[in-house]
Amino acid sequence: MINKPISRRSFLKITGLTIAVSATPFGYSVINASAQKEGSFNPNVWFEITPNNKITMTMGPSEMGQGTHTALGMVIADELEADWKQVRIVQGPASEAFKNPAMGDQITVASASVRGFYEPLRKAGAAGKTMLVKAAAQTWKVPEEECIALNGTVKHKKSNRSLTYGQLCLTAAKLDLPKDPPLKKEAEFRYIGKSMARVDIPDKVSGKAIYGLDVKVPEMLYGVIARPPAYGAKPVSFDQKAAEGVKGVRNVFPTPMGIIVCAQSLDAAWKGRNALKAQWDKGALPQMDNNFIEKTFMDELEKAGAEAIKVGDAKKALGEAAKKVEATYFVPFVAHATMEPMNCTAHVQKDRCDVWAPTQAQLVFRMLASQFAEVPPEKVQIHTTLLGCGLGRRAAPDFMIEAVVASKVSGKPVKLVWTREEDIKYDFFRAATCQKIQAGLDGQGRLIGWSHKAIAGSIMKDIDPKGIINGVDIMSLWGILDFPGAPTNNKIMYEIPNFYVEFLISSLPIPVAPWRSVQNGPNAFVIECFTDEVANAAGKDPLEFRLQHLKNNMRPRRVLETVAEKAGWGKPLPKGKGRGIAQHCCFGSYVAQVAEVSVNQGNGAVKVDRIVAAVDCGPVVNPDTIKAQIEGAVIEALSTTLKEEIMFSNGGVKSNNLDDYKIIRMSEIPEIEVHIIKSNEPIGGIGEPGVPPTAPAVANAVFNATGARIRRIPLTPQTVLAAIQKK
Amino acid sequence: MISLNVNGKTYKVDVSEDVPLLWVIRDHLKLTGTKFGCGIGECGSCTVHIDGKAERSCAIPVGKAQGKRITTIEGLPENHPVKRAWIKEQVVQCGYCQPGIMMQVAALISSKPKPSADQVIHAMDDVICRCGTYPRIKRGIKAALETMKKEG
Repeated sequence: MINKPISRRSFLKITGLTIAVSATPFGYSVINASAQKEGSFNPNVWFEITPNNKITMTMGPSEMGQGTHTALGMVIADELEADWKQVRIVQGPASEAFKNPAMGDQITVASASVRGFYEPLRKAGAAGKTMLVKAAAQTWKVPEEECIALNGTVKHKKSNRSLTYGQLCLTAAKLDLPKDPPLKKEAEFRYIGKSMARVDIPDKVSGKAIYGLDVKVPEMLYGVIARPPAYGAKPVSFDQKAAEGVKGVRNVFPTPMGIIVCAQSLDAAWKGRNALKAQWDKGALPQMDNNFIEKTFMDELEKAGAEAIKVGDAKKALGEAAKKVEATYFVPFVAHATMEPMNCTAHVQKDRCDVWAPTQAQLVFRMLASQFAEVPPEKVQIHTTLLGCGLGRRAAPDFMIEAVVASKVSGKPVKLVWTREEDIKYDFFRAATCQKIQAGLDGQGRLIGWSHKAIAGSIMKDIDPKGIINGVDIMSLWGILDFPGAPTNNKIMYEIPNFYVEFLISSLPIPVAPWRSVQNGPNAFVIECFTDEVANAAGKDPLEFRLQHLKNNMRPRRVLETVAEKAGWGKPLPKGKGRGIAQHCCFGSYVAQVAEVSVNQGNGAVKVDRIVAAVDCGPVVNPDTIKAQIEGAVIEALSTTLKEEIMFSNGGVKSNNLDDYKIIRMSEIPEIEVHIIKSNEPIGGIGEPGVPPTAPAVANAVFNATGARIRRIPLTPQTVLAAIQKK
Repeated sequence: MISLNVNGKTYKVDVSEDVPLLWVIRDHLKLTGTKFGCGIGECGSCTVHIDGKAERSCAIPVGKAQGKRITTIEGLPENHPVKRAWIKEQVVQCGYCQPGIMMQVAALISSKPKPSADQVIHAMDDVICRCGTYPRIKRGIKAALETMKKEG
């Protein structure tokens, strides 16, 4: 019934782009990750010690504000027993050597960088230290056991001699890698577990930091794209001559994404784009607006879904339940809206391709750049800049492909720039979802059955369609259900004997992608609000009810108990105020939050006064970064809880810029407290797990304050007032 | 030819008068610390000082900036209380919006050395940080004000 929108994948089918490239070749400095270099000690791709006593650490993951470069540097430096002052950290190239063992790819997503590299980098650092100690022992002809590494030097106490790592590095480079180097005990940590200043901050404060949009390449043109206003719309007419006639415009050419204009300045490119006066047809689904979308979700939810999991017999349990609860929830589309709009600079030459990109996915970018530039992958250099926020958006390669195509056609380096309007309208949104849950309670108020039906756009569709198995996209269900055996626990942690989940893929032509915490965010809103409804039906306190269903799940129990104690759960609040609780596990970390809100019963305005969070992410590398990530996650989640919703009209996106797509600002943020729980459990991620509990904690607090249960975000004054009046 | 005074230096640029000041600063003067966020003066990433006042360079045609004293993040001294406070309090995450936010703060505290909480919120509600560094921006402002008081 519904045609597919212009597919990013269809770009792969572009032909006819074999236009001669005749630019003068010039080189770029590239860090080669795979070559073992002479003249230094570089036992792996991650660090290199040079005779000038400097240590250069080369990072595979992207730095987008999550503090990964500092944290991974701390892990290496600690086990290497390096002096932090001698360490310099640089961004690495695209390389198989940087594949994250937790992901099987060089990709900065799924809160996986420290989670995946913690153990390997501890070993890498420890191996380096062992070799440096051995090098010293050989130099002095003393037993290794008499030598100790200490803060960038090796010492021999008996003879009071010491050598720096710089002095030892060339000797160490000749030694074999130790098989199983001993790791430090926690008490011996020098950096891990201590709040360290982030290495990327000074340049960001001075203004020197280079993001994608700041890249400068000699002879570079600027590329912009006239894009269709509706999904699936094709150009009816455009005035190529008029655009080409604008001063400074160099190339104008149509592509499946739209009409690309390349010019000597951004101003000329935009003026050229205006001169196109492009007209488009109505697209795939011109009647689509928000009402149409919500109705389509509700209608399609009535169809039979694909079974995602079946434990016990939920249907039977519901039939035998002493009490049944049923509710339907809706979460709308929201945009990533990273502060740095999408952009990429590419230079395609006959035998090489350079790409400067704020990217979260170096190897995917390299593979696709190779295909579009028509040069072998080993001739593609991905230069990763800093990212002006990532949030998952920058793992998608669309903007990079555009830059490569623009450079290939124009024969020049091209910086392809999106405006904020394009960044919002052509986003791959956080997937909207509609979900219906039925739960059954026994006579003692215990959950005996849970039947869950969800519809959402497929996240895997554009990433890897093989990830959709028998109609079920587990990534779209993350938070309800994880891949079998996954250690990340992106799933409901409550102990429910009869559990059934079915899934439907939405037919709407709206592109979706991971958005900080992927679908853990929307799904936790549904699960944790519904859990509150069930607790209420059981006549139990929301905290007590949750704990009763986590008897054998120590980690979620502990975050709940901690947050309840720190937030003063159960203490009376003044009239008009309410308190709500929620917990969720994702990417191996457990977070619970308590929200305190004030609700204006007259106009429905919700003010969030306080959020208290407790987090168990296993071993702690940089506590200040953990706090910063939870604070940021809570605030971003609050923005979607209170304000954000993409508006559609005429088959396309109506939301336009930050004046109508509103993001939370300083006056709207609550006091936020973060409590980190000491834990010896396996390490979890930290960039995303702070997001999911916020929306349900706030909505549960609104229920506590008003008695109105709201099954939809954002909690705008109109939505809240309508719910209060309906009550 | 447009003549601009930026960070105490005079620049001559061959650009039409209607081009937003932001793009002249970034692409012609190569001062890329000033960022593009929205193009309509909503987010504050492009904030610079014009004759000492915080202004949105994305919404000002370069022709209107002639003859005025423009300061960008690069022109704010490295030992400026705001820059020091931003490092001390570890305010920054992705950092993209922060130059604009720091310029907003620098203008605020130079015009109001003892701002009330309301005055701070009023000024800071003009800027957006998607990473959600607002609690640390508040701390940073406090630290910068303390430094100013101590050092006079």
